[in-house]
Amino acid sequence: MKGSRAIIQSLTDQGVDVVFGYPGGVLLPLYDEIYDSDLRHILVRHEQCAAHAADGYARASGKVGVCIGTSGPGATNLITGIATAYMDSSPVVALAGQVASHLIGNDAFQEVDTLGITMPITKHSYQPMDPAEIPPMIKSAFYIASTGRPGPVVLDLPKDVQEAELEYPQNIIIDLPGYKPTKKGHPLQVKRAADVIFKAKKPVILAGGGVILSASSEEIFKLSELLGAPVTTTLMGKGCFPEDNSLSLGMLGMHGRKVSNFLVDDCDCLIAVGCRFSDRTTGDVSKFASKAKIIHIDVDPAEIGKNVPVDVPIVGDAKIILAHLIRVISQMEGTQKKNWTQHVKEFRKSCIPRLSFNDVPLKPQQVIKEISEAVTDDTILTTDVGQNQMWMAHYFTSRNPRKFISSGGLGTMGFGFPAAMGAKVALPEEDVVAVCGDGGFLMVCQDLATIKEYDIPVVVCVLDNRYLGMVAQWQKLFYEERISHTKLGEVPDFVKLAEAFGVNAYRVEKPGEMKETLREALKSGEPGLIDVIIDPDEILPMVPPGCGLTEIVGEYKIERDVPGEIPYQPSAAEEGGD
Amino acid sequence: MTNERSHIISAVVLHRPGVLQRVAGLFTRRGFNIDAITVGPSEKEGIARMTIISRGDEKVLEQITKQLNKLIEVIKVRDLDPPSTVLRELCLIKTHAPHEKARSEIIQYANIFRGRIIDVSPDNLTIEITGAPDKIDALIDLLRSFGIQEIARTGPTAITRGAKTI
Ligand SMILES: Cc1ncc(C[n+]2csc(CCOP(=O)(O)OP(=O)(O)O)c2C)c(N)n1
Ligand SMILES: [Mg+2]
Repeated sequence: MKGSRAIIQSLTDQGVDVVFGYPGGVLLPLYDEIYDSDLRHILVRHEQCAAHAADGYARASGKVGVCIGTSGPGATNLITGIATAYMDSSPVVALAGQVASHLIGNDAFQEVDTLGITMPITKHSYQPMDPAEIPPMIKSAFYIASTGRPGPVVLDLPKDVQEAELEYPQNIIIDLPGYKPTKKGHPLQVKRAADVIFKAKKPVILAGGGVILSASSEEIFKLSELLGAPVTTTLMGKGCFPEDNSLSLGMLGMHGRKVSNFLVDDCDCLIAVGCRFSDRTTGDVSKFASKAKIIHIDVDPAEIGKNVPVDVPIVGDAKIILAHLIRVISQMEGTQKKNWTQHVKEFRKSCIPRLSFNDVPLKPQQVIKEISEAVTDDTILTTDVGQNQMWMAHYFTSRNPRKFISSGGLGTMGFGFPAAMGAKVALPEEDVVAVCGDGGFLMVCQDLATIKEYDIPVVVCVLDNRYLGMVAQWQKLFYEERISHTKLGEVPDFVKLAEAFGVNAYRVEKPGEMKETLREALKSGEPGLIDVIIDPDEILPMVPPGCGLTEIVGEYKIERDVPGEIPYQPSAAEEGGD
Repeated sequence: MTNERSHIISAVVLHRPGVLQRVAGLFTRRGFNIDAITVGPSEKEGIARMTIISRGDEKVLEQITKQLNKLIEVIKVRDLDPPSTVLRELCLIKTHAPHEKARSEIIQYANIFRGRIIDVSPDNLTIEITGAPDKIDALIDLLRSFGIQEIARTGPTAITRGAKTI
């Protein structure tokens, strides 16, 4: 068969049923095969959206997402999406067309060194020069993308190789002598960790995206219960532990919750699982969890000790290691439960953010509150980047893994909407809502055409503040309010924009409207956009760059008497106290 | 940094196009330093051995080995212990030798250093020398006064002493 046919056969062998792509000259052989194959192809309107959609597909489903772009500009348009997937360890396979092999290196039309450009932002990459290499390379690509610490893999496909003939093998043998991800943790290290945890009086669990990738939410829950230890998460870990649990502290870091930042600062043992201690999570590393012994569980040995010195590293699959750790700790003589649980719970209650505001223009807190009320535990929420993302991270209560999807490491504006599209394609039964900023959404708005044409009924909520809000926030806080090029102005009219694409559009301006409108938009079963006019001046307190986690600038608005997003029974101690 | 020193990193890698680029790219991207890098076929078909000389403290070295190990085409990585490692480099030195006296002195130096004269022309000599880099440095220093015209060094390659392999 032809190379192009072998590509499709190999994808099908890997269980791929949908790809997000955009054709071009060197991809004609492949697209000609797609024409009469069973593979579902979704024509995006910009390759960046193909990559983000594949990424959103992967994050929502846990399966590998696939995107396609042509050589040269098609491949370079994929780059941002590939880098986004790389930073957040998302399993994506990106197929890029390449000029015919005899032209490579000649600066041929639409030639770009895709392998060279993508090397630092991929887990691995392949370029078959012989069509017989296609089946093993694609099989390897999927294996590499989805195992160990997941990540994107690029296949660079020269046009002539797509056209050449090969014998499709019965058995595809892959040989990767340099790739053997560790699964089980070293028993001695697990024992050491158990000893540290057992002796600790004030342990905190820090759960990162690795908890979601390794499906160890349940283990985190059990460990938290066993110890009475609170759980904080990174942005990527959000949803791995139910945030309405009285031991959930919410997100940690620069834009984290006060209770998280202070308790991590105070703890004597930090059990970090599947996280990489990014600067956005730790603040000034020299001040990070400085009183704590740090246990770090991660599948990637290179993450251990990279940013933060660690007392007990354990390399391997978090699920296996946590189960092992829980077993060892439960068998230890004495009490596992810590006394500080009560203090944690009370501190947490005192920090519950206020969400209800009657203001017009709408406060983002009120908007997020109404979004929470309009969706269910099964709804998938994606965010874009900026204030919208931090508000969602801060104020939205997540209860399940893979339901909160956001670009963490790269912080890619324009991610939220196409990622939602990919998530909806992966899980058509679930409601999918993208919460975006006006700036970020405009970067990818052309793909309203895609959701309309393919009837992918996601609902986009544009938090419309007419500012590049997050940057403007920094200008206000750290640059003497010199608002340099962060005001977006009056255009576009997002309602008209959506209508031009035939997408149902709504505008929300007053308290109470968001919940109703989002419900209605979701119920319609059609693609929709809600333009939400919000207060551009609302600012979330934050830790300035280079500061320790407790050096928070700004005042949190706290919910004390109005029922907050987390219902609770006030304890006797609290009623009498402060 | 305090305990920064030179390290000899030996890596067993798949002998494929692009491997060198991946390794070199990793060093630049992560801000690791490379003093020298050599690569060539190993005892196994399809497998190459790479020797990288890099400076850094323990933490940096740990990152270098771990990051190298993450590359799919890298099979094994070792930070070799200098006392139990044989390190050799090949160097070709083209020097002026305009008269008989210079010529015989150069030949004597070459002999002392177990070098060989591999090319002669009326005004020049070319010396081949293998050895540890500091030995080569020493010969180069001695030859400077004659007027060195060209130096070509391979960069060091290394192997562990005794029966141990990596
Ligand atoms: C592609 C890209 N360009 C620039 C930035 C820098 N940046 C981070 S947040 C932000 C503002 C985002 O504005 P908007 O999308 O309106 O969201 P808001 O902060 O107002 O909610 C910018 C420009 C980025 N993260 N990504
Ligand atoms: Mg904005």
